[in-house]
Amino acid sequence: MRNAMIIDGKDNVIVAIEPIAKGDMVTYLCGGQEKTLTALEDITIYHKLAACDIAAGEPVVKYGEHIGIAVSDIKAGAHVHVHNVEGHRENLDDKA
Amino acid sequence: MTFYGYRRPDGRVGVRNKVLILPASVCASDTTRIISQQVVGSVTFNNQLGCSQVASDQQYTMDVMAGYAANPNIYGTVVVSLGCENCQMDLVVKAIQERTNKPIRQVIIQEAGGTLKAVDMAVRYAKEMVEEASLLQKEEFPISELIIGTECGGSDPTSGLAANVLIGQLSDLIVEAGGTSILSETTEFIGAEHILARRAATPEVHDRIFEIVHRYEKSLQLVGEEVREGNPSPGNKAGGITTLEEKSLGCIHKGGHTPVMEVYDYAKQVEPKKGLVIMDTPGNDPSSVAAMVAGGAQVVVFSTGRGTPTGNPIAPVIKITGNRITFANMEDNIDVDASPLIYGGDLGEMGDALLKLVAEVASGKQTKAESLGFTEMAIARVCNFV
Repeated sequence: MRNAMIIDGKDNVIVAIEPIAKGDMVTYLCGGQEKTLTALEDITIYHKLAACDIAAGEPVVKYGEHIGIAVSDIKAGAHVHVHNVEGHRENLDDKA
Repeated sequence: MTFYGYRRPDGRVGVRNKVLILPASVCASDTTRIISQQVVGSVTFNNQLGCSQVASDQQYTMDVMAGYAANPNIYGTVVVSLGCENCQMDLVVKAIQERTNKPIRQVIIQEAGGTLKAVDMAVRYAKEMVEEASLLQKEEFPISELIIGTECGGSDPTSGLAANVLIGQLSDLIVEAGGTSILSETTEFIGAEHILARRAATPEVHDRIFEIVHRYEKSLQLVGEEVREGNPSPGNKAGGITTLEEKSLGCIHKGGHTPVMEVYDYAKQVEPKKGLVIMDTPGNDPSSVAAMVAGGAQVVVFSTGRGTPTGNPIAPVIKITGNRITFANMEDNIDVDASPLIYGGDLGEMGDALLKLVAEVASGKQTKAESLGFTEMAIARVCNFV
């Protein structure tokens, strides 16, 4: 049974759509293909977990956009939240 | 895709055909309620403002009044004023005429000789107007004639996962068809304004996006509020939202993926066939919806997680939830269940189905909020009364 979803194909996090327990097989649909990984910890419903390894300093991507920066190495299947991600306010004068 | 609507003399196309009994101020609002109760086919609303306002707030009120009268869902307007309010009859009529050449009649309560005489006069004007309106025949129009307002309220984690994503898909379809989609709620852009600004079609639009966000923040700082602190809230975090960027992205998803063509101030007239545009509105639902309808939106799509009743006196509001429990609990208030999107539903198919529903509602299908007769609304303000 699918218990997670990815919002945008560019995302490196997925969202639990059912409560997930440590060691559970996590299944989600990406571009019509079913993908799986193992949950490294308990994940509350609607919380995020890493779809792949994310190194410290790398952007965390959801909705296809940067939602923050990883402040520590995050392994695929780990909970992604305030303990390992920080918001990164981009330069407001940036005309790029 | 097409819908059946009403051609107005100013060239715009309405999806409803009502006569508006417009209260110029709070002092005329009970009178317009009494008038509207006597006239089948008319609508009114409770205007709590219109007097004792600072200039910028009075401008908001004037723009909502003029925009409501000009909205193509309205055949014509009977303006009712007390007589001594700041939003004087001649100012209101002039503001309406700057936007449209549709029929207007005027009743000033103090000049008519009190409530009963004003009611008598206005009821007769309104009945004549309803009779004229009832002679209009619907015609077939392309979906490009539609201006869609988008809004989210009573959000929960499913809003960002499903309902707002579906509205974003609708927005892309409307833009692709040549219509206009309005993204609103400036408070919800904060933290993601740089992402929205990257989608600006021109450098001017880019700068305007930053301008409305900074202006909004500044107006809140004047009374000691700091949006970027304490946001996401503890409740948001418990629900799984990690950063302000993430929270705001969940909201701006309603705008889909097309370039932002224009930024409009609160309740200003929006151009048809313009693509995706932004309007500077509060996150507060009734006052944001009111501004988009004043801008000319004929239909509003509204996502909710917890379930809200919101309607509007002028435009049908289509309610969408991504939470299947909320849909089961509040089906009498909510039109669309977007939750299949979370459980593997196809975004393309669901977007097409929503576009079809929008066309049906534009052609006359009643929304849940309409069937309940909901007309609640508010007008934004930045300052206390003077």
